Amino acid sequence: MQTVKMVVTGPFNAGKTEFIRSVSEIDVVSTERKISTESERVKETTTVAMDFGRITVDEDLVLYLFGTPGQKRFDFMWEILSEGMLGFVVMVDSTRPETFREARSILETFRAYAPTPYVVAANKQDREDAWEIDDMRIALRLDPKIKLLPCVATEKEMVKNVLLELLYSILADMESKGGG
Amino acid sequence: MALKGNLRDYTVTHLFRLINLAQKTGTLIVDGPNEKVLVSFREGKLAYAQAGQEDNSLVTILYQAKKLTAPQYRALKERAGNMSDKELGLLLVNANYINQQDILVSLQNHFVAIVNRLFTWVEGFFRFESDLLPPDDKITVRVSLENIIIEGARQLRELEQLQDEIPNLDIALKFADRPGANIRNFNLSVEEWQVVRYINPKNTIRQIARATKMSDLQIRKIVYALLQAGLVELVRAEGAPRPAPPPQVASRIPVTQPNPEEQKSLINRLINRIRSL
Ligand SMILES: Nc1nc2c(ncn2[C@@H]2O[C@H](COP(=O)(O)OP(=O)(O)O)[C@@H](O)[C@H]2O)c(=O)[nH]1
Ligand SMILES: [Mg+2]
Repeated sequence: MQTVKMVVTGPFNAGKTEFIRSVSEIDVVSTERKISTESERVKETTTVAMDFGRITVDEDLVLYLFGTPGQKRFDFMWEILSEGMLGFVVMVDSTRPETFREARSILETFRAYAPTPYVVAANKQDREDAWEIDDMRIALRLDPKIKLLPCVATEKEMVKNVLLELLYSILADMESKGGG
Repeated sequence: MALKGNLRDYTVTHLFRLINLAQKTGTLIVDGPNEKVLVSFREGKLAYAQAGQEDNSLVTILYQAKKLTAPQYRALKERAGNMSDKELGLLLVNANYINQQDILVSLQNHFVAIVNRLFTWVEGFFRFESDLLPPDDKITVRVSLENIIIEGARQLRELEQLQDEIPNLDIALKFADRPGANIRNFNLSVEEWQVVRYINPKNTIRQIARATKMSDLQIRKIVYALLQAGLVELVRAEGAPRPAPPPQVASRIPVTQPNPEEQKSLINRLINRIRSL
């Protein structure tokens, strides 16, 4: 039995849990953990949820989708999660430009951990106040080569599309490297 | 009651607010990870500050504030070696080199800069000694703390924003290998050059900060600027120990890396499966 994984990351409330839930064949498992904040002023403990979903491909291949904890100070988790992943999806809430900077920095950090392909999902495109894709590309300072895909995490077809685009990028990456 | 503890529990902002409200006199000693800072107060006003072993002589402060020329500075260093700051200040004013206002403003700026640095510390032991006052021969100032606290809070916000941009200092930097990113074509500041010298996947940002004696805020500002300019990229530090896997779901699922030959067919299987969902 072979298992592979992809990571779904992005700022808190971007729609990571919803995204995974839409395609997972099992109920998304959230492991609630209490982690006390590292340095600063904040004294109380914070609950961090880690989601994961599963898609069985056939009797000997299973894909796991991991959602990262939203908050920045748990980025030590990202490194652990990113190990061995095929690729990752960065979820961005299109209605909350104040989170774009954070999304950008999560993206950069992940890219530093693992040089795998990734796509960016402009989520909540169903909402009236969602930013246009082109504007988001500029605001997020995304290279034209990087796919920025419209998404509504509650709509399975759109989630499938994001995952497929990521897989196409992974395939293209292999072909460019493996001389195929 | 003894005023001592760790900045983790009681921040510099809190301390200054307290000193201000209680109109305290004495010296706050803060032992940080990289240096030790002493800040003296008189009746709740900033009087004096000293960072580590830094040269705190009036001559040096005036020279750094560009109130003295290099030859003046050298001459004074040589000839006024054993004169106290107070004597020297008086001498300079009487000789019409400088006026009293310039001296006070230069000292104020110098002390406030030390204090501002302190505001970005999140860690360090502090204690307040009521009977420790600046040496008698030093010129002290009187700066009310309100503005310092406001400025300190602003800096802290800035630091927090930069922490979002560069969350992890235990990561390394490498030069971007895209064309046109030649470092020599950029106008870098002295501080930026200091950092650039150490850029290497082997050095973490934290190590560079230590080597260049910069605070977290300073190094973050510079790294952020270099990232923005597209000159550098973040990379995982070479030889950095992998963190131990924590006991949670992630590590309980064995994740296998397929070999290169099988990878393409594996991806195609995934594609077919997701299409059929
Ligand atoms: N309208 C709309 N709401 C969404 C979408 N995706 C997520 N949400 C809602 O946004 C909130 C945060 O989603 P969640 O998946 O918990 O975010 P997470 O913190 O990234 O896991 C929830 O109330 C979701 O129902 C979307 O595409 N459209
Ligand atoms: Mg969630």
